[in-house]
Amino acid sequence: MLTVKDLYVRVEDKEILKGINLQVNRGEVHAIMGPNGSGKSTLANVIAGKEGYEITGGEVTLDGKDLLDMLPEERAREGVFLAFQYPVEIPGVSNASFLKTALNEIRKHKGLEELDAMHFLKFMKEKMKMVGIDDNLINRPVNQGFSGGEKKRNEIFQLQMLQPTLAVLDETDSGLDIDALKVVSHGVNLFRNKDNAVVVVTHYQRLLNYIVPDFVHVLVSGRIVKSGGKELALELEDKGYDWVTNTVPAAETV
Amino acid sequence: MSTEVSNVEELAIKDYKYGFQTEIETDVIPKGLSEETVRAISLKKDEPEWMLEWRLKAFRHWLTITKENEPAWANISYPEVDFQDIIYYAAPKQKISLNSLDEVDPELLKTFEKLGISLQEQKRLTGVAVDAVFDSVSVTTTFKAELSKLGIIFCSMSEAVQEHPDLVKKYIGSVVPYTDNFYAALNSAVFSDGSFCYIPKGVRCPMELSTYFRINTSGTGQFERTLLIADEGGYVSYLEGCTAPMRDENQLHAAVVELVALDDATIKYSTVQNWYPGNSEGLGGIYNFVTKRGACRGKNSKITWTQVETGSAITWKYPSCILQGDNSVGEFYSVAVTNNRQQADTGTKMIHLGKNTRSTIVSKGISAGKSNNSYRGLVRVHKKAENARNFTQCDSLLIGDKCGAHTFPYIEVANKSAKVEHEATTSKIGEDQLFYLRQRGIAMEDAINMIVNGYCKDVFRELPMEFAVEAQKLLSISLEGSVG
Ligand SMILES: Nc1ncnc2c1ncn2[C@@H]1O[C@H](COP(=O)(O)OP(=O)(O)OP(=O)(O)O)[C@@H](O)[C@H]1O
Ligand SMILES: [Mg+2]
Repeated sequence: MLTVKDLYVRVEDKEILKGINLQVNRGEVHAIMGPNGSGKSTLANVIAGKEGYEITGGEVTLDGKDLLDMLPEERAREGVFLAFQYPVEIPGVSNASFLKTALNEIRKHKGLEELDAMHFLKFMKEKMKMVGIDDNLINRPVNQGFSGGEKKRNEIFQLQMLQPTLAVLDETDSGLDIDALKVVSHGVNLFRNKDNAVVVVTHYQRLLNYIVPDFVHVLVSGRIVKSGGKELALELEDKGYDWVTNTVPAAETV
Repeated sequence: MSTEVSNVEELAIKDYKYGFQTEIETDVIPKGLSEETVRAISLKKDEPEWMLEWRLKAFRHWLTITKENEPAWANISYPEVDFQDIIYYAAPKQKISLNSLDEVDPELLKTFEKLGISLQEQKRLTGVAVDAVFDSVSVTTTFKAELSKLGIIFCSMSEAVQEHPDLVKKYIGSVVPYTDNFYAALNSAVFSDGSFCYIPKGVRCPMELSTYFRINTSGTGQFERTLLIADEGGYVSYLEGCTAPMRDENQLHAAVVELVALDDATIKYSTVQNWYPGNSEGLGGIYNFVTKRGACRGKNSKITWTQVETGSAITWKYPSCILQGDNSVGEFYSVAVTNNRQQADTGTKMIHLGKNTRSTIVSKGISAGKSNNSYRGLVRVHKKAENARNFTQCDSLLIGDKCGAHTFPYIEVANKSAKVEHEATTSKIGEDQLFYLRQRGIAMEDAINMIVNGYCKDVFRELPMEFAVEAQKLLSISLEGSVG
């Protein structure tokens, strides 16, 4: 479904991604791990279409469609969802009305009828229960005054509401206590099915106990230096990133 | 990185939605201003002698202050206004005594429909009475009968001069005397028409009262005069909405609005102003120089100004409150949006005279394009105003990097017991916020509107429900193709 081919990205003359290759198929969960500053968020942002990055080479496609050629909103309507590492606050805009607009934009794009207030509310109530988020957070302005954990939970709630085909979760586990971690993981697991795919960016093996990946990739200095199954995450936790950087085959570091 | 912003800048500038001119025969007094013009206006309106005298006094005063005294302190610039090149009176040529809407010129009705305020519709709508000013004469007034059962007088200023001379004589110029400023003097001399409203003792006006003004005849200056009086314990909520058709030359608009609240009375005055702002190069458009002032004359009285200003090439207005009665309250909630080459210099004055008087100012300025948006506010606490309180929140939002926002707060406190708080912020519309919304499938322009509307929430909340919706729509129209 998602194909990243030989992707090179620069920010202000600094090369951050240096030839990323990634193939994500329907029904799969991929984990991306790597040290701070290695380019994980950059990769997530470039997939979602954040501006300010210079793509110097390679391609990114979703079901064969060129994502790099689309505006962020077009990618979202095509089914790309990014759960942000740092969700922003939008004063004065209620979570509910924001989501109604977003959902209806996506539905319109898919040729579905827009939901009226009543049907939207009903749908929202179901999802709220699923993610364990209460009325109070829904009626407040988007993320405003939310605790770190609440913001992350809100991202997963939006994931459930918008039902994308590709979900990229950027450190959704950071700042969560153990109970919240379980709730959030549960939300992601409920989302998973044979028609969609999830890419989780994380520093911690712990999350992967709850959201079990099919593949784990290690990103160091803008390159995927090692890929494997879920046991790779355990090994990493055990041995640290030095272990991968040191075991990188000479050919790959060129 | 300013990639987001330059993207906004690329968006096309859309045409002013209300740019059209109605073909109706008009009765026009030739261009120019002299004592003869003033007499001619008064004669056309068949006014009593005292009204003509008042106009002439104002005119003579205006002559003495002449052009050198045209206010120059606002943070705006514009070519000189030639006062001899303005038509001071234009009335739609038809009889005004109409029994039903069927008798109204169909062209006129069409205009109202284009404006989205078809009177037919309005009549059916519950709870909104409309006194429509079309150019200079009130054409038709609805709901009058219902209101008069409660003793409420709601009519055109011309009619009030004829039918309720005592009230007019007593209150006109009592809040904004003709000596007040250059434009107030001019307005007093040549005012064409406007709305008059009187709420008797203890009466709560059961519906929102509303007036729509529209500048139509080419080269007409529009000089409305509005007078609202809420007697003891009275309550009224009033909405003024404006649109003007597209023009090549700039048009002057110099209205005067006077509010009087007696003991325990409350007046809410809401304005949605979208006069033609000129094209993207700043050509055409309305000069909006308005004097609006409310007097909280009685104890426990309250006046609330809420304004959403999206139009005009130049806006220069400071709806103010004189808090004379003890425990009286003045409020000012404002959203001012400027785009392209618009200039706005707006704010308020809160004059605390009575004891325990309170005022609140919430101002949201939004600048886009190459526009300039200034807040100018005065909070003055007089010696005898024990325990006066003011809270001011003054925020500016910038869209793009070619626009300007300025804040000029003036605070004068002569009583030690006063508490005056002022908070001000300036922010740029966040690229991260835009990306967040777009990542959820919301297009750029809609995302900007959503953020701006959220930003103005505190003000919109003060507007009557249906007008809040209209205000949001106007905001998106005026921000269409925001930055250029
Ligand atoms: N807009 C930017 N301007 C300058 N440098 C940037 C920008 N965005 C990213 N970088 C740099 O690119 C590198 C990769 O950043 P990125 O956020 O992708 O790392 P990350 O792997 O997500 O790190 P973390 O684990 O801390 O979240 C960092 O050195 C960062 O400073
Ligand atoms: Mg990151």
